[in-house]
Amino acid sequence: MRRVYLDYVATTPVLPEVLEAMLPYFKDAYGNAQSLHDWGDKAREAVGDARGKVADLISGEAEEIIFTASGTESNNFAIKGLAMAQQAKGKHIVVSAIEHFSVLHSARTLEKWGFELTEVPVDKYGVVDPDEVARSLKKDTILVSIMQANNEVGTIQPIKEIAAIVKKTGAIFHTDAVASAGSIPINVKELGVDALSLAGNQFYGPKGVGALWLKKGVRIIPFLDGGVQEEGRRAGTENVPAIVGLGKAAELAKAEMGSRAKRFSALRDKLIAELPKRIEHVTVTGHPTQRLPGNASFCVEFIEGEAMLMLLNHQGIAVSSGSACTSRALKASHVLIAMGISHEVAQGSLLFSFGLDNTEEDVDYVLETMPPIVDRLRQMSPLYAKFLKSKKGGK
Amino acid sequence: MPVYSDKVMDHFMSPRNVGEIENADGVGEVGNPVCGDMMTFYIKVDDNHISDVKYKTFGCGAAIAVSSMVSEMAKGKTLQEAKKITPSLVAKELEGLPKNKYHCSNLGAQALNKAIDNYLKKQAKGAKSKKGGKK
Repeated sequence: MRRVYLDYVATTPVLPEVLEAMLPYFKDAYGNAQSLHDWGDKAREAVGDARGKVADLISGEAEEIIFTASGTESNNFAIKGLAMAQQAKGKHIVVSAIEHFSVLHSARTLEKWGFELTEVPVDKYGVVDPDEVARSLKKDTILVSIMQANNEVGTIQPIKEIAAIVKKTGAIFHTDAVASAGSIPINVKELGVDALSLAGNQFYGPKGVGALWLKKGVRIIPFLDGGVQEEGRRAGTENVPAIVGLGKAAELAKAEMGSRAKRFSALRDKLIAELPKRIEHVTVTGHPTQRLPGNASFCVEFIEGEAMLMLLNHQGIAVSSGSACTSRALKASHVLIAMGISHEVAQGSLLFSFGLDNTEEDVDYVLETMPPIVDRLRQMSPLYAKFLKSKKGGK
Repeated sequence: MPVYSDKVMDHFMSPRNVGEIENADGVGEVGNPVCGDMMTFYIKVDDNHISDVKYKTFGCGAAIAVSSMVSEMAKGKTLQEAKKITPSLVAKELEGLPKNKYHCSNLGAQALNKAIDNYLKKQAKGAKSKKGGKK
């Protein structure tokens, strides 16, 4: 059976070159990067080299990179650490309604701790209107966090415009770039942000490593107290092999970004154009043009995502869904709901995300495999039966 | 993949008795699409026995497997026996359901029950309006 992985948004594999770069740091160069001997020097040099490469990916400075253990950690660190460091100035925080849970739930935790939270809405494409952010700002707003691109629907936000508005108030502006870093060009200076999160396993680096870029001079409360690692802001023995892997992945992503994006967007555009032609009542979610190169997300009406996902998996195709049934909490995707999509339609959410192993044949295979699966589930759907009856009745 | 038993997977992959019964003797609908699952059960009753049962289900793998299992369990039973089918019995027959699916997806027994009640209600009404009613 053909096997097609279309869930790169969940995680990418580690590229062979990345793995090769990491391996020596498990076995031979196993020193602690803080040790004052040759073993330590070797590890320290490797961490420093990776720091430079990660900084290069986003056009920041090496000393502005703080290594973390994941994108989630970077976001927790940024939201909680920046708010806590600024609390003498005010207690008001602004995030968008479609943030990843590592931002949204961190912000809601701060709310429990006495901060005030505003969640700005998005339009039907999942775009945050900079004017909405402007309206949400108060005298005591200390932190604004808007993601650069949404992981579920791929919509890219007007970060530069939002950052310019936030800057005028003196609040700190963080962007979660976990979904976008390594996929689209980022220049932190041009964007005008103060902090930015990224993660290795979104661009062919290993899992368990991420980074927070923090503009020089911006204060943050340490995430982990302990030793002097990461300038005392994130203590704990450096995960040298993972950091090396992140560095290598960043270097490759920067070098190959244009060619990757071209390939992925061609596959994405084909699926987005063809799937709604092959299956009735399928809508594309997210912005038509301002979207991540590898993201093709849909809602298939009258049926549910998990059932589709299981039948697709049976045919060798791996995808994600934002339906309630696929989430542990049994809640439909907050992103789709914030975009004004009904719970009923959000149940049919399906997310295809493309990566380096995909070809046009993979798209053709999906286009071939999907219609009978959808048909099968619709034949047993009471919602579809009702729809057909109402259509008949209406005519 | 969700952690489903072989039995759940079997009923999900090849659901039994899917469909609608035209002029069904009883119809029962439960759930709503907001919480994720919705099931409509149709029954045909002959001589106090469920002679045929069909359903339509909108929902996850568990919801589809539950519907299929309930339809198998109910077929041929007397109304009284069929009313004794509970969600926990259905889960047991399916060799277990994931904990988080137990409440939202295990609605089949409830839908069947509603279909039986719907039938009994119609019978009672029929008996009142036309003496003797149907059958």
